[in-house]
Amino acid sequence: MKDLLLGVRLLWRMLRAGELTLLAVALALAVASMATVALFTDRTRLALEQEANRLLGADLVFTSSQPVDPALADGARARGLQAISTLAFRSMVIDAKASLLSEITSVDPGYPLRGTTRISLDRGEQDRIPEAIPEPGSVWGDERLLGQMGLRVGDRVTIGNRDFLLAGLLTQDPSLTLSVLGMGPRILMARADVASTGLVGPGSRVVHRLLVAGDREVVAAYRTWAEARLPPGTRLEGVRDARPEIQSALERAERFMSLAALTAVALATVAVMLAGRRFHERQLDVCAMLRCLGVSQWRVFRLQFVQLLGVGIIASVLGSLLGLASQAVLGHWLSTVIGISLPQPSSDAAVRASGLGLALLLSFGLPPLLALRKISALRVLRHEIGPPGAAGAAAYVLGAGCVALLVLWHSGDLRLGAYVLAGSVVTLTIAAGLTWLCLRVLSTTGGSGVSWRYGIASLRRRPAGTIWQVVALSLGLTAVLTLTLIRSDLLRAWEGNLPADAPNRFLINIQPDQAQEVAELLRSRLGNAPTFYPMVRGRLVGINDNPVDPATYPEDRARRLVEREFNMSWTDIVPAHNRITAGAWGSQGSALSVEEGIARTLGIRLGDRLTYDVAGQRFTAEVTSLRKVEWDSFRVNFFVIATPTLLRDYPATFITSFHLPVGSTEAMNELVKRFPTLVVIDVASLVGQVQAMIEQVSRAVTFIFVFTVAAGLLVLYAGIVATHDERVREVAIMRTLGANRRQVLRAHAAEFGIIGALTGLFSAAAATALGYAVALNLLGLPYRADPMVWALGLLVGILGVVSAGMFFTRRVLATPPLTSLRQLG
Amino acid sequence: MRPIVEAVGVVKQVRSDGRDLIIVDNVTLSVFPGESVAIVGVSGSGKSTLLGLLAGLDTPSRGSVFLDGDELTALDEDGRAAVRARAVGFVFQSFQLLPALTAVENVMLPLELAGASNARKSAEMMLERVGLSHRLTHYPRQLSGGEQQRVAIARAFVTKPKLLLADEPTGNLDAATGLRIVELMFELNREQGATLLLVTHDEAISRRCHRTLRLASGSLVAEEPA
Repeated sequence: MKDLLLGVRLLWRMLRAGELTLLAVALALAVASMATVALFTDRTRLALEQEANRLLGADLVFTSSQPVDPALADGARARGLQAISTLAFRSMVIDAKASLLSEITSVDPGYPLRGTTRISLDRGEQDRIPEAIPEPGSVWGDERLLGQMGLRVGDRVTIGNRDFLLAGLLTQDPSLTLSVLGMGPRILMARADVASTGLVGPGSRVVHRLLVAGDREVVAAYRTWAEARLPPGTRLEGVRDARPEIQSALERAERFMSLAALTAVALATVAVMLAGRRFHERQLDVCAMLRCLGVSQWRVFRLQFVQLLGVGIIASVLGSLLGLASQAVLGHWLSTVIGISLPQPSSDAAVRASGLGLALLLSFGLPPLLALRKISALRVLRHEIGPPGAAGAAAYVLGAGCVALLVLWHSGDLRLGAYVLAGSVVTLTIAAGLTWLCLRVLSTTGGSGVSWRYGIASLRRRPAGTIWQVVALSLGLTAVLTLTLIRSDLLRAWEGNLPADAPNRFLINIQPDQAQEVAELLRSRLGNAPTFYPMVRGRLVGINDNPVDPATYPEDRARRLVEREFNMSWTDIVPAHNRITAGAWGSQGSALSVEEGIARTLGIRLGDRLTYDVAGQRFTAEVTSLRKVEWDSFRVNFFVIATPTLLRDYPATFITSFHLPVGSTEAMNELVKRFPTLVVIDVASLVGQVQAMIEQVSRAVTFIFVFTVAAGLLVLYAGIVATHDERVREVAIMRTLGANRRQVLRAHAAEFGIIGALTGLFSAAAATALGYAVALNLLGLPYRADPMVWALGLLVGILGVVSAGMFFTRRVLATPPLTSLRQLG
Repeated sequence: MRPIVEAVGVVKQVRSDGRDLIIVDNVTLSVFPGESVAIVGVSGSGKSTLLGLLAGLDTPSRGSVFLDGDELTALDEDGRAAVRARAVGFVFQSFQLLPALTAVENVMLPLELAGASNARKSAEMMLERVGLSHRLTHYPRQLSGGEQQRVAIARAFVTKPKLLLADEPTGNLDAATGLRIVELMFELNREQGATLLLVTHDEAISRRCHRTLRLASGSLVAEEPA
């Protein structure tokens, strides 16, 4: 207790004297950057999830052909979640002139739980978000319904036994996501009106849905609970299940954000390590003096420990507050820029960051402190006596081990954590070895000029210090460069997937005799005609002469795929946006090409013979190739493509997709009028939402990047300050001996230049290797070697180290030599 | 009377460049309470090493050292530290003030470590005694060399040690300042009735001591009463 009070008093005195400033600032900034990145990625992740859920209209959707078990809705409400039902069915919509089979979705008040529906009062009019669901007795219909039936808002239509007012043109509806290629025009009505239509009774073909939304963690817990009691025939989906392209975008973004967060940790580690090293060097004299004054070894340790812990706690708390503040500013800024409010972060990210900061400090600080207590009191007489050596080295190994565990724990992703750790260790080892080698080689090369020789001599004189500095700076710069590489890979991949002119309209049900005319009309209105694909609907009935039995597939998705007919096409050339991954494309004879995902799901291999039932006729053909398809491209894609010989003679319709520029609705109206049987599917809003999300992720990624750069600068600062005292003494001696200002400056420039060049080279090499591994293995991105990274590494290394180094040594030069010598004793 | 410091056949030997180097060679000496003793010799004669051995800051290769009745050579590092805490004050050539502590805090430190209740008051009085009452809250870097050494002297005497060990106390000071520092040390020594053992190469200082021990190549070559 006595020592605690004395330790606290000493801590206060050290803080006041500025002895602990570097350590405290390094730690506070480390914690702040970890907290900011953790909190911000947390919030972005939540926002992305919510944005994605807008595409679904809810966080979770239960789907069943029977009414969804009321216990599921009760369970959701009992947890404070919102739960509403929808009911979808098909029926004819009739007016005085025409009738059309449509998909009718009836919804409870509150729909949709996520995202928005939008309606307008006429085609081409500005749409808006309605205040509620359609009023009783009224419905909203989509463009297809209005176009094909020639209806206008305000007309009346009959559905079943009842007349309804067509009160709005539905321009956006989240439930579209659940059936992007669901045929037919759509109608939205209030659930309460369903009974009066008399259309739904026992045995009717309907789809019941239960939509659930609420607090993220509660939803996650609820999902686990619900999955355990899911009745047979009921399907449970989150947005990731429903939209594979969202799933892959989210996963990549999350991985990247984890990587960014880990980078912040790595940089923080280096900063704390360097600042800690200086702290211990400064404490050598203090401990020796305490020993001389008769303080026992363990008491020296206790007094020092109280100070270390104290500065750790203060800096961690300040750091997490700083982190909270900066991420709040960032979040606010981001939400005003992109127009969505980020959900509140869970505060445990801040707590975790301060805990991590403290743990880092103790991992690096405690072992040397244990060694420090054994400092020889004789140091007060003979200043050249250094710290106890071997124990110190062992202590650092121990500390590094603790840090490794912390990093793995923090990453929450063992593979990613392992990559970052392995990358760091390899970088450290190679950089240390090569620096040592370079120092030896440099000392044998003559070099010209006193300054250059002095610069090299200065590096050689403290090989350990030089190696430490190069290694630490390399680790920091590697982290930043790797992130830069990965970031541009990621953005390139997303931009490549979804260009601004991504298709936003599908045209289906084009009759063979219309194809020519439709193509000409599109060419005259849009400048070019999109590719038309023939489409035949068929059902898979046999694999290698074995009949296909849905019951044998354990996976829900597989069962659904073999239970229904799906679209097949034929062509003799590989579609431009498809890539053959196995086998060879067959353009002659009878051959099938299968999308690799569905092949995996259904257990289809290259060389298998598949039997299809098309309109009651069967044919059998061999799978000669597997294809990779970009589902998130919004182009026309097929699971199965056959050679023309196989399918040419079956009845087919044509399908195409194209980009309709904003304001070209006239062309669409003309098309629909001339070819009333055409079905136009507008995926513009869906495409828009996916694009907006990708936009957000890239912005978030840029913000996080700025933070890692800031942390990198701190590492540089800590590294240069670490040798400050020694340099002050050397400069004082040089100047006393008559060296002029220019000679001293040039000697320093040579020294920092060598450190910077080594740092840049090692970082570029390490970042190239690490970037390759992470892009390919963790993010599933194609990797493009970027030679710029070498130029960037060298430039940042040399310029950064030299300018920062010179900046600090200017202060040294400004101090009269005698003052410097006196201050350092 | 029992000596406060006693060395019996003390040898300090180190290995350097593959051969044994004897720094202190078979030194036997006694210092009695109230005495002032100077150890003189040229640079490299082993003066500071001997002082370190007598203070228990280092251990001899052979021989025994007794300090305030305890055989230092029989104690471990912490045992020797306890003897230092109880009986010894130090003054160094390079002052050895802690840079993060103000003048008064540097003087307070040994009292605080000993758990004294009125550390600040005692330290302030001691600094007033050495003529630095106007410099209490200055940091070492804000003080001149002479002032720093006066703070160091105040720190050494504030615990009223039985033995004051000084290693070249004027080595970093100009002649006039050095003289005033020596005056101060001797005055305090008299006031507190402490024993003074100092290492110096300054004959003027050694002449003020009761006895002078002359060291050459690690061996005591002469003992001269003042």
